[in-house]
Formats: sequence, structure tokens, C-alpha cells
Amino acid sequence: MTTKMITGAELIVQSLIDAGVEHIFGFPGGKVIPIYDVLYDAEIKHFLTRHEQGAAHAADGYARASGKVGVCLATSGPGATNLVTGLSTAHMDSIPIVAITGQVNVPMIGNDSFQEADIYGITIPITKYNYLVKDVNLLQGIIKEAFYIAQTGRPGPVLIDIPGDIQTTKVRLKKIGPIKLPGYAVQAKGHPRQIETLLQAIRTARRPIIYAGGGVVSSGASAELKKFVKQTRIPITNTLMGKGIFPERDELALGMLGMHGTKYANYAIHESDLIIALGVRFDDRVVGNVQKFAPLAKIAHVDIDPAEIGKRMAVDIPIVGDLKIILSMLNQKIKTRSRKRWLDRIARLKEDYPLTYTDDGTLKPQYIIQTLSDMTKGEVIITTSVGQHQMWAALYYQTTEPRRFISSGGAGTMGYGFPASIGAQISQPDQTVVALCGDGSFQMCIQELATMRTYNVPVKIFILNNGYLGMVRQWQEIFYNRRYSATHFEFNPDFCQIAAGYEVPAMRVTEPGEVKSALDKALNSDGPMLVDFRIAPEENVLPMIPPGGGQTDFIGEGEE
Amino acid sequence: MRKIISILVRNHPGVLSHVAGMFTRRAYNIESIAAGETENPDVTRITIVVSGDEIILEQVTKQLRKLIDVIKVQDLKYAESITRELVLLTILSPLEKRQEVIHTANTFGATVVDIAEKTMTLEFVGNSNKINTIMAALQGFKVKEIARTGLVALPMESQLEKNRTLI
Repeated sequence: MTTKMITGAELIVQSLIDAGVEHIFGFPGGKVIPIYDVLYDAEIKHFLTRHEQGAAHAADGYARASGKVGVCLATSGPGATNLVTGLSTAHMDSIPIVAITGQVNVPMIGNDSFQEADIYGITIPITKYNYLVKDVNLLQGIIKEAFYIAQTGRPGPVLIDIPGDIQTTKVRLKKIGPIKLPGYAVQAKGHPRQIETLLQAIRTARRPIIYAGGGVVSSGASAELKKFVKQTRIPITNTLMGKGIFPERDELALGMLGMHGTKYANYAIHESDLIIALGVRFDDRVVGNVQKFAPLAKIAHVDIDPAEIGKRMAVDIPIVGDLKIILSMLNQKIKTRSRKRWLDRIARLKEDYPLTYTDDGTLKPQYIIQTLSDMTKGEVIITTSVGQHQMWAALYYQTTEPRRFISSGGAGTMGYGFPASIGAQISQPDQTVVALCGDGSFQMCIQELATMRTYNVPVKIFILNNGYLGMVRQWQEIFYNRRYSATHFEFNPDFCQIAAGYEVPAMRVTEPGEVKSALDKALNSDGPMLVDFRIAPEENVLPMIPPGGGQTDFIGEGEE
Repeated sequence: MRKIISILVRNHPGVLSHVAGMFTRRAYNIESIAAGETENPDVTRITIVVSGDEIILEQVTKQLRKLIDVIKVQDLKYAESITRELVLLTILSPLEKRQEVIHTANTFGATVVDIAEKTMTLEFVGNSNKINTIMAALQGFKVKEIARTGLVALPMESQLEKNRTLI
């Protein structure tokens, strides 16, 4: 029996359906018209963003909130290059995305044709893998392989560049055999002897700390981690990417560590004699100075990516494998401990170095986020971009579950949060989604208000508006003698009027007394809502360790 | 420190970009790179000589293994490998210098492959030591152009066998 001939474009859409794709984000153009023609009446729901960057970020937010692969679609040339920031963002944070781009027809490649860009070459360093499809007969296998690569091992974005003539060539759907990737083996189980060494180290350690991150989220190992922490009674600090893997209000939780981490988390690291690093990469925003990091500690590092082990930090107990499997193995063998002395010390650190800010009657961003955290019990999905608003959220929003704090970590992408919130909301229609933005970040993808309105995506946009590019201004204040070069917005639009233009209800908050009712109103509204919080303009993110500093080299005023 | 890394990769048009791009992106130093088909036409062997400290060299191997197209990564130790490079070298050699060039070439096992009015081209093959020795010996002559293939290498099976029996 032979199947009937279909076009490459039909094959693409069919392959997406076969891969379980329900939603895609994209923007049409000349070299993807055949695909859009098929999408016109396909069972996949397409969301038209207002910029390809919005599509990439929405696909990323969709992936982070759901754990599924996010899919975005763009045309050749500028359409494809507009995805680049989004792909880089996903790559840095190991987020599974499949990006499909149109390309000029095969015979035209290399001729500097209209809307031609070498997106294959451009995206090699910012994707987990990528393809330029020159033979329609390979297309079906490539799409299947792309989804496999994107979501297995250490996840990441995969790009498939498909020339226009490939989309219109006739081809037969085949039965695709198992994927053959001889160079791609995922080591999941971990070396038994190293696991035994870690168990031994845990038995003898007196001041152990768990330092856990995004790997726990992608492995889906949060339940195993909770059990591990409860059983061992080892205090846990999380990275930005690890927010939600362990309830941050728990007595064993230390919150985030690193440059803008809590002082008690960083002091605990400094005093520790065993660091159990789980799904982290000793990034320079966590470990400013490798030499000064945890000077008294043995370091165990568990990660699925062998290249992460020993990359920045010399490790005593390396374990390559999937955290879900390894933590379950550890849980079977570990004994319960009381750890009274160490936990007393941790409690003391929390008491001595609390997370505080000065309440001077002005509208403080910390207060807004703390109130949001209390009102929602940390249970809503919150997205952020990068900068001060992100760090205040990381410090004051106390998460309870994974996949609910969605933020551009490694890449630090301004403009990420708002389009990501749209993707997150579409993947989780029953949850409340908050896009926490700075006034700078929000303006980088502000056009997606139209996407939000078009599909009635009920995201609540909370802008922490200080009229500055706040984090850079803070660095200029501290390191550049308050020379605020190009960080003050001499003009900002009226965000409420902008919202009105997009038919999104909006309100402005200028006083601390208005915060609760505004949040209450926004969180309980059925549709989207924008709140423009006019916060204290020169508030800083504290604590702070300068770049390159050790875990206890705090700077800044006041809080001691 | 230098290290020879021999990798087997899936043979397709973008594979060199993926491998070379990784070196650029991670700021590793390639001293030489040589690629060619193997006994299996679907597989290409790339021999890379890379320099850096021990930590970097370990990272290079790990990052190479991480590339989807890379099937196998072999760290080749100089002592346990056969390594060869081919050099073509054109020397400006007036008539009166010819004998001297030929004499030097013969001494080191280089072959004269072309003689023109004002130049002579030599070809020589060897491991890095031999190449360096010849290059040093030819230093007195005026070199017009040099082309080098970069090192290729394979494990020295006889040496590996011997080591196995010792164990």
C-alpha cells in the first residue's frame, strides 16, 4: 500500500501533529506561505504575534510552563534573524524549542537572494542542533529527530531551516523508524561508585548544603528533591532557574544564592563542608569567584551534561546522570538525620542577615512583590525579563511549585517576560499568569499587547516603573560614580493610555496604600489587566556581591 | 600543552561549521585541523591539534562529545599514535643555490617536486618533530610559500597491543 503524495508543507504540519504539537507561535512571510496555507485549516492552533521575537519568547514561555516543546515559525531572512534572541535565551536556559524557518529556494541559496540569511550558520552557536533541509525526502525524519533532540538529555532549542521549494515539492509520508544518532547518547543513571561516594560524603558531612537549579526542573525531579531534603534535612539554596523546585517558605529553604542572593544563603555556602550541586552550572552570577567559593567544602556535582562538570569549578564528586533517577536512588539509601547544630546555625544566619528593605513611605518594589507573594501564596505563574524587577521577584516572590517562575536567566534577555507570559498562559489556561516587567523591558516587546488582546489571553501585566534602566543605573551608581549615562528615560509613554489603545484595562498605582486593592482587582479579573506601579525611582537591589566577588563580599548600604 | 584529538563525525555539509564554530564560541585554540573521509563514506575523520592548559583540554574533549554530529572522540597521545603532516614549500633558489637545497632536502628525506627558473618546491612528510627539524634546516633559504596539511593521526596499534600485554 502506498500513501498518497503530499507537499513538503503538508508533511511539516502533519509531522508537527504527530509530534503532539497543539499550539504554535509565528509570523508569516514569503517563504513560509505554503506552510501557512496548510495551517489555514489544520488542527494545530497558530498564534500570530506582532514580531518574530515575540513568537520565539512565547514558544519558550509555553515550554517552560508546560514542560512540552514550544514551537515557533518564521519566514526567511529578517523573519528568521528576529528569532535569534529568543533562541539564544532558550539555549542558555536549556529550554526545548523547535523553530521552523523558511529559506529561499534551494537553487537560490548563496546568491544573496531577496530575504536570504544564513540562519543555519547564524544559529549554530545558539541552538542545541540545527538543520538546513535540502532534500524533501529527509524532512519527515528531521522533524522527528528535532523534537527528540530538543527534549532529551539536556534540553535545548533546535532550528529547522526549510527552503520554499522543499515546502512545495511532493513527497510521500513514510513510517519513520527509530532515530539513529550514533553520537548522541544520554547517560541517565549515574556511576554507582560515585553515588556511593556521595552517600558517604553526606554521612560524614556536618554542614552540607544543597545548591539546586534548573536541571531539577527539566528532569521533573522536584518531588524527589523534596523527599531528599526532608529525609536528609540538608538546607537548600536555589538558583534563579531553580525557583519553585522546593517551597521557599520552608525552614530548610535559603532562597536564592549568588550576586543578588540572600546573605544567609551565601554565608551558608561559605561555611559549608559539603556542597551538593544539582542541575546547576556554577554560573558567574552565582559563583563570582571560583577560588573563594565554599572554601571549606567538598563539592559534589550532579548534572546530565558531562561538559558542565568541571567547566568552571573543580569538583570532588562528579556524577553524570538524570536527577530524577539519581535522587530516587539516593532517597532509597539515605538515612534521616536531625542536624540540630547546623540547622540552628542556619536559623541564626537567617536571623542575623534577614532580607529587608527600608520602608520610607514611598512605593517600594519589594513591598509590591511581597504583597503579591502573600496574596497568591506563591502559586501563580510569574514571568520576568531581566534587571531589577527580576531580582526583586527572585528575592521576594516565594515560589512553591516548579514551572511557575519563568525568567530569562543565562541570556538575561530584556523583553522576554511579557511574550513568555502569553505562551505560558496559552499552555496553562486555568492558571493565573503574571507578567512582571520593568518599564524598560516591557517596551522591548510592547507590541505583543496586540497578540494578548487578539486571543484574549488574560495575563496580568505588572510594570515596576521607575523611569530608569534600573539595574544598569544601579551599577552606574555603585561603580561609575552616579554618572547615569543613557539609563534615564527622559520620556516614557503613559502605559495606561497605551493599554487603552489595545483595549486592555489598566490602572496606575502611586501609593503603597493602593497596592493591595490593585493587585486584588487585577488578580480577580477574568481578562487581561495592566497595572503601572510608579515605584521609588532609585531603589537598589540588595544584597549585592560585586562581579568577581566571593560569596561574602557584600556591598551596599543599610541592611546590616 | 598540546593535544591531538581525533574525532569521527557524521559526514554532512554543515558538520565542519559545527565543529569549528564550537572552537570559536568557546575561545579554544586550534593549531591545526585536517578532515577527510574514512573507510565509511558516511563518516568523516577530523584531526585537531589543540593547545591550552589541562582543564581547557579536558573541556575541549567534553564539548566535542556534546556535539550531536560527533560519533567518537579519541584523545591521541603522541607516544601511542602515528602522526604525520605533509608540507609543500617553495624556495627562492637561484642556480648557484640549487645544489645546496637539494643536499639539505636529501639529508632530511624531503623530495624535490618542482624546479622552476627561480624556485624549487620541496615536499616532505613526517611527524611534528621531523617537520620542525626540516623547517629549521631550511631556515637559511628564502621561502616563497608554504602549504601545510595539518597533522593527521591514528592510534599506533602495535604500541597499544604491547601496553595491553604489559597490563
